[in-house]
Amino acid sequence: MTLEAAGFWGLAPVLLASSLAVVLSKNLFHSVLYLALALVATAGVFLLLQAEFLAAVQVLLYAGGVITIVVFAIVVTERLVGERLAQTNRGVINGGLISLAVLIWIVVFIAGAQLPRTAPPPPGDLTQAIGRDLLTRFVLPFELLAVLFLAGLLGALFFARKEE
Amino acid sequence: MGLQPYLILAACLFAIGLFGVLTRRNAIGILLGIELMLNAVNINLVAFARYAADPAGLIFTLFTISITVAEVALGLAIVILIFRVRLTVEADHLDLLKG
Repeated sequence: MTLEAAGFWGLAPVLLASSLAVVLSKNLFHSVLYLALALVATAGVFLLLQAEFLAAVQVLLYAGGVITIVVFAIVVTERLVGERLAQTNRGVINGGLISLAVLIWIVVFIAGAQLPRTAPPPPGDLTQAIGRDLLTRFVLPFELLAVLFLAGLLGALFFARKEE
Repeated sequence: MGLQPYLILAACLFAIGLFGVLTRRNAIGILLGIELMLNAVNINLVAFARYAADPAGLIFTLFTISITVAEVALGLAIVILIFRVRLTVEADHLDLLKG
């Protein structure tokens, strides 16, 4: 058993269990903490796939940024309503059936596809390749992303303004 | 270690996230389900990039991560605003547009 396989079979159960806890936990705050665990486990999967830079971005932006924002939102909404936000699921059977059908459909599709059994050797420094391609091949989407962030920033300012 | 286990792991994550989106009553819970689904897509993109030896998949992942962070920030801002006006984040109660 190689190191990659050992890491994969160690991380996959953690990832799946914490994801299930995210959607099933009664307490919204616990859901967010399990989401943080799932996102860090995903960063581990990125490391297995030799994408160290993306693993760092994942931990910084997702596990750092998103979790902070969500916890902040929960705290604010709880303060406004003055009670714990217990949450329940509805239509569990229908939702479960639909999700299971989608899962089976994807897995059947994957099982029938011709997929590589071994990975090619990693082509040198991937972080360098990302930086080079980002500013040559993908420079237009990169600039569009800046426009999107500007729009998001303006939207956030609009939402946060004082009521007149 | 082939590509298949990664794709099946991502499919399971996607299905779990879909289940969360379909069944959660709380709007913040629905957003968390969307996070899980986008995360599954990221695993797929990185796995394909690794096995095709092309950094394009990694750059797509970078884009999806950035866009998701913006989406979550604004989505939660909208949830908080709705909360201020309607005093609820239950998605079933937000039926203003229902005819």
